[in-house]
Amino acid sequence: MTAFLAIVARDLRLGAGAQGAMLTTLLFFVLAVSLFPLGVGPEPQILARIASGAIWVAALLAAMLSLDRLFQADQEDGTLDLLAQAPLPLGLVALAKTLAHWLTTGLPLALIAPLLALLMQMETEAIPVLLLSLLLGTPSLSLIGAIGAALTLGARRGAVLVPLITLPLVIPVLIFGVGAVDAAAYGLSAQPHLLLLGAFLAAALALGPFALTGAIKLALE
Amino acid sequence: MHALANPARFLRLMAAIRPYAAVLAVLGLAIGLGWGLLFSPPDYQQGETVRIMYLHVPAAWMAMFIYAAMAVASAAALVWRHPVAELAAKASAPIGAAFTLICLVTGSFWGKPMWGTWWVWDARLTSMLILFFLYLGYIALWEAFDDPARAGRAAAILALVGAVNLPIIKFSVDWWNTLHQPASVLTMAGPKIHADILWPLLITALGAQAYYVWMLCLRVRAEILERQARILRFSAAADRRAA
Repeated sequence: MTAFLAIVARDLRLGAGAQGAMLTTLLFFVLAVSLFPLGVGPEPQILARIASGAIWVAALLAAMLSLDRLFQADQEDGTLDLLAQAPLPLGLVALAKTLAHWLTTGLPLALIAPLLALLMQMETEAIPVLLLSLLLGTPSLSLIGAIGAALTLGARRGAVLVPLITLPLVIPVLIFGVGAVDAAAYGLSAQPHLLLLGAFLAAALALGPFALTGAIKLALE
Repeated sequence: MHALANPARFLRLMAAIRPYAAVLAVLGLAIGLGWGLLFSPPDYQQGETVRIMYLHVPAAWMAMFIYAAMAVASAAALVWRHPVAELAAKASAPIGAAFTLICLVTGSFWGKPMWGTWWVWDARLTSMLILFFLYLGYIALWEAFDDPARAGRAAAILALVGAVNLPIIKFSVDWWNTLHQPASVLTMAGPKIHADILWPLLITALGAQAYYVWMLCLRVRAEILERQARILRFSAAADRRAA
């Protein structure tokens, strides 16, 4: 447990620091959402209609941004080899790094999203559901994205490849996340959508470490 | 199947199968498509445009079948380090992507007269489009590495992750569609498919399946030979360096 937390703490310090991706990811998120009113016009009804989708898509893209460096920085300086030989199973090591990634990208995105929802004229009943859906959905993004990042370690143009192979796989998260927010906006229950988001997260948490272990071991051969 | 891990034996088997697959493919496609496109009855609702179905439906079936075949081959490659299974998956991907594209394009041409639009975000169309992206991502991953062994294993993991996720994507897109938009799609609203339409469809599907096997024989052979050529190139370079 202490080893797990030590890895999380180390990656948090690296990620939240000056060279970390946290602030740039947040900035990208805010910028991307701001592009929508500029593109489709400021009419409040239209913005309210597309708000959930725009915010979720921007969150998806922002979460993808820093993924390619997740394992690559450690592979380049040999840390990944040492971590692979540590007593902590490689799946848990990868899970720790993914948790730290989520804490520095997904979590801040989710926390700032309500502010952006106000900018996008979203109905106020929907905003807490937006927060909850992003809190449930962004860890799945980090997990599936970590698989993509591990698979492309050492590949040419790996940075472009990670979104290409990850985005089709996380489409259910997008669908249910937006579905939850839209349900709340129309006064319906968001619970089914949120439960499905939780189910996807549970499955990703259970199965992800196997894929991560395989992919990292492959990269270290 | 372990006997087939020997590339030479696999090549011999493929060479034996190939002519039969080719004949079956040509016959099946010619008879099925000819019968369907020219001689089958027009639909009572859609008229002559229903004939696009004979291209569209077998392509859709093959697109899904090939992804399943790729997933099985990838699992074999990972579990048993089966060298030929990896290449079979690699060779299948462009064929599957092509069938998916045919399905999407023919569907689009069918949709314009039927629904009045080239595209609609119906659950089936959307999940076929996502399948197309999954194929492209898989192919891109193979091309991204210099070491083919490394590329093969990474692609195998990706194929398996995609295979697990594909049913989830399928039903989530289904639910998304029914939750937000009532089905405004004209389906084959008639009764179950009549034998006059069913037979050409099945024959075309059989022809498409045989075509896949035929193409797979050709492509896997090309992959194996390419690997052998690479090994020869490397050992020639090593000999030159040693000399």
